[in-house]
Amino acid sequence: MILLETFQAVPATGLFSLAWLLIAIPLATSFLLLLLGRVSDSWGHWLATLAPIASFAIGLLLFLQMLGADEGSRAVTVHLYDWISTGSWNVSVGLLIDQLSILFVLLITGVGSLIHVYSIGYMAHDDRRRRFFAYLNLFIAAMLTLVLADSYLILFVGWEGVGLASYLLISFWAHRDSASAAGNKAFIVNRVGDLGLAMAMFTMFSLIGSVSFVDVNAAAGEMGGWATLIGFLLLLAACGKSAQVPLQSWLLDAMEGPTPVSALIHAATMVTAGVYLVIRSNVIYAQTPEATLAVAIVGTVTLLAGAWIGSSKDDIKKVLAGSTMSQIGYMMLAAGLGPIGAAFAIFHLLTHGFFKANMFLGAGSVMHGMNDDVNMRNFGGLAKAMKITFLTFAAGYLAIIGFPFTAGFYSKDHIIEAAFESNIILGTLALLGAGVTAFYMTRLMMMTFFGQKRWEPDVHPHESPAVMTVPLIILAILSLFAGLFLNGWIQDWLAVPTGHEVHNTGLLHITPIGWLTMAVVAVGVFIGWYMFKDDIPKTVPQTKNVFAHAGRNDLYGDAFNEHAIIRPTKELAAGLAWFDRTAADGVPEGGATVAAGLGGLLRRTQNGYSRTYGLTLVLGVIGVALVVALGQLG
Amino acid sequence: MINVLEIQAPTVEWMPLLPLLLVFGGAVVGVLFEAFAPRSTRYVLQTGLSILVLLGAGAAVLFQMADLEPQTIAMGLLSHDGPTLIFWSLLILFSLGGVALFAERGVGDGQSAFASSASAVPGSPLEREAVRLRREHTEVFPLLLFSLLGMMLFASANDLITLFVALEVMSLPLYLLSAMARRRRLLSQEAGLKYFLLGSLASGFFLYGIAMLYGYSGGLTLTDVAAAIDAGADNYWLLLLGLVLLAVGLLFKMGAVPFHSWVPDVYMGAPTPVTGFMAIATKTAAIAALMRVFYVGLGGASWDWQPLLAVIAIVSMILGAVVGLSQNDLKRLLAYSAITHAGFLLVGIVGAVEPGEGVTVSSVGAVAFYLLTYGVATLGAFGLLLTVRRSGGEANGIVAWRGLGKTNPVVAAVMTLFFLSFAGIPLTAGFVGKLAVFSSAFQGGFGWLVLVAVILSVVAAFFYLKIVVAMWFQDAEDDSDTVVVTPSLWTWTVVLVGVLATIVLGLLPGGMIELMNNFSEFIR
Repeated sequence: MILLETFQAVPATGLFSLAWLLIAIPLATSFLLLLLGRVSDSWGHWLATLAPIASFAIGLLLFLQMLGADEGSRAVTVHLYDWISTGSWNVSVGLLIDQLSILFVLLITGVGSLIHVYSIGYMAHDDRRRRFFAYLNLFIAAMLTLVLADSYLILFVGWEGVGLASYLLISFWAHRDSASAAGNKAFIVNRVGDLGLAMAMFTMFSLIGSVSFVDVNAAAGEMGGWATLIGFLLLLAACGKSAQVPLQSWLLDAMEGPTPVSALIHAATMVTAGVYLVIRSNVIYAQTPEATLAVAIVGTVTLLAGAWIGSSKDDIKKVLAGSTMSQIGYMMLAAGLGPIGAAFAIFHLLTHGFFKANMFLGAGSVMHGMNDDVNMRNFGGLAKAMKITFLTFAAGYLAIIGFPFTAGFYSKDHIIEAAFESNIILGTLALLGAGVTAFYMTRLMMMTFFGQKRWEPDVHPHESPAVMTVPLIILAILSLFAGLFLNGWIQDWLAVPTGHEVHNTGLLHITPIGWLTMAVVAVGVFIGWYMFKDDIPKTVPQTKNVFAHAGRNDLYGDAFNEHAIIRPTKELAAGLAWFDRTAADGVPEGGATVAAGLGGLLRRTQNGYSRTYGLTLVLGVIGVALVVALGQLG
Repeated sequence: MINVLEIQAPTVEWMPLLPLLLVFGGAVVGVLFEAFAPRSTRYVLQTGLSILVLLGAGAAVLFQMADLEPQTIAMGLLSHDGPTLIFWSLLILFSLGGVALFAERGVGDGQSAFASSASAVPGSPLEREAVRLRREHTEVFPLLLFSLLGMMLFASANDLITLFVALEVMSLPLYLLSAMARRRRLLSQEAGLKYFLLGSLASGFFLYGIAMLYGYSGGLTLTDVAAAIDAGADNYWLLLLGLVLLAVGLLFKMGAVPFHSWVPDVYMGAPTPVTGFMAIATKTAAIAALMRVFYVGLGGASWDWQPLLAVIAIVSMILGAVVGLSQNDLKRLLAYSAITHAGFLLVGIVGAVEPGEGVTVSSVGAVAFYLLTYGVATLGAFGLLLTVRRSGGEANGIVAWRGLGKTNPVVAAVMTLFFLSFAGIPLTAGFVGKLAVFSSAFQGGFGWLVLVAVILSVVAAFFYLKIVVAMWFQDAEDDSDTVVVTPSLWTWTVVLVGVLATIVLGLLPGGMIELMNNFSEFIR
């Protein structure tokens, strides 16, 4: 058990009392653009781009102020208003700005701003660009609500808000059946997770009568077995939002959305909300080793599953989606290691936000030059045709495989080391995952940027405009160097909200496990290079390799859902319908007859004659008198 | 033998009476306008006067709220306390809405919703002449003010005779107003007459109840009755009988089952602006008086009336919800909705929770808040009923409202908002109102009643949603000649205030509930 040295959050003063503007600005622009309609078509995207930049500026000011404050007074609560206050039951709306949430604010608004800028170029030729930007702003506002909430209820508002924005943006090109189906799928699968969160809140509420972080954390020690239940329910919620096994199936289909959406929502920010939830609830997990272990196991399974899927896809976005699953698996694993891993989970979350957004936007740039083709078998040799895209993508590549001194090197190695420290099996599997990551990312690089040109006849790759490449360059720089800046500092910074166990490592200090990881990564890179250095066939090669088949079919996730959930549900529905038609209809039909009879009877008293009404009144008086008289008898 | 020297000159506290005097003075001046002002100027004069008087009275009430000293005034006939001021302010607010709806001339070919010549036989040459001359009854405005005067007296009366006088002052103008519809005049006159007959019958019971209470306590003020109960006076059955009969008169005005039969017919027959005004203002006054009589006068006998009100609350909620389901006319449907709401309001009254330690919302605070949320939505909804028309008249059938979401999304959306508020869907004011009355009943120890009420509110939600479905998910009939007429600023203002209040009170109810809680202590 960890002794928690808790710091009381202080009420907001000065600049902090304006923190609501963080959310209000993008929300207001979103509604403005949706309400104004076509009037704002020509300038809407500029306004929408300014909104996250403004929020970022505010976030940065708050962050600087927090840097200056001493550790005890960094966490700040902003009470906005009481929604319902009935004494015994109060619902207040408030924000919590602490070391954890401010990092998220900077990530969301920072990367969000870059992606807004990028989208100006990417969506330039789309008729519904204004709507797209309005949805993006809506997403930013909802995501900020999620991370700034001071209670699970407000978090839930943001949680549903990002779900809505995600749904709207995945199915943005709803004229394609696949896109609208993917949107529905994401929405429905997420419902399962949301149910988990809702039930976790119900449990908390029935236990302690409140769902605010302060109250829940204070009461966590006395929850006993209930903490395990809450832990599992929160994990279910996290699995839905963060596409962890068994609720992973929606993320690959979500790539139907425009690529900036994939970068912002389905790589850098929203899908990491599950990790945030688990870490925000670290006090609960500290009470329950069972649920904590479950988090780690889910993370490990997902990191391998994602890597497996990523190794066998030819669609560049789906490779990256599998990779996202896998990297979030790493974060979940770290979160499931308890206090020693929590800070690393956030560390990896931030660096992943940089390099994965970078690579998704790079993939978007490639698609932009290749007539929106996503099949890597039609790529090849793009390094020369798209120099900036290639170089920036390479930066992301180095970061994700954990090349020494890039961002991913620090964040991922820490997780692997922490995993080895707590459990040798988890550590080994995480190490294996690092090797597979190196393999599939090398494969992606080889198939896309090197080798023969396998372009379709009418495709003429070209570099994207500056409005798209500048964000790429900034993200590439972050992918390479963010680790150097954050390493060491972030552990101290997050010591309070994650449970107070500083675990510092030097910049150049490399442990035996670090060397081992590098060796495994090198092997992965070598295999990737060796297998894909030669010609790549235009069609998918036939193979009897069961692993390849499984990977190409998303590890049969859809098939599993089809057989285990959808069909039984349909059969249950059919059965119920049968029961309804045959057995149950008797009751409602009989009931309808009775109700009609009752209605007729009552209507007969409403016949329009004053004398009848008068009689009713007199009878009513007698009836009332009888009630009172009966009361006297009893 | 009365010694003249012993009769004291009555002392009258003029300042606390100011709102009443303003309304009364305004009504009298309005009558003078009718007598002396040229016909062409009366509309402007009457609307201007009514609005001015109401704003003045409202301002006076607000000033009194800022500096309130609870006391009985006018020789103990009236109470001037927190609930008085809260209900006065609600009544004045609803009357402002009523005046605005009365004044609406934009929808019906430049003429108001009232008959050209109410005294002429429908279809007679006299009527045709009046219609041709485009005559109007501007007497409706002073009538409204007289009625409001009665309601305000009703809400503050501390004396049973005053209470009875107030009841008549408030009712007589309403009987008249109900009979003055421009269209479907026979139906309207029938409604007015019915309302009058049944109202008189109820008044008779009411008066008889007063006699019984006098017989029991030997006094006529609520204070006397309360003192007699405390002292344990003989002939308890006199008290019980008086209690029952008094309740009949009050519940009749509220429109609670089994004294509800007039409600659907009168709501449907009366001109729509009158229905809107009556629906909320009469209910407010009746509830204010009911709470004062039962809490102050009969508080000592609460064991006897609490089960009674609980039973009436349940049957009101059930009957309103069940019969409302089968209605095809919006005005009639709103009438059954009013019956259901009377039930919900009674739920809030039953607990009889006084403000104090550990009490989050007192009964008075909860009920007043409920009335506010119900009132703004009701006035707004009746305002919208004015705008949807067919072949010159209002189209109140549900059929006419089908597919309105496509043809006129603004009207449909606003109506949807009001109906969601009626149904008590979260984030609307109606939800918070229901929450408030339920929690006050719960604190008063009526948890079982809250459970029943919650279940019935689900049933009641069904018939509101039926209209929402009709507006948004059904197509208009092919030969539908429904048109939505753009009303004047009067109605828009009422609707806009309704929309804003419904949203704001749904999102930020805290301050308003607290305010009403602070003014919820009766003087005894």
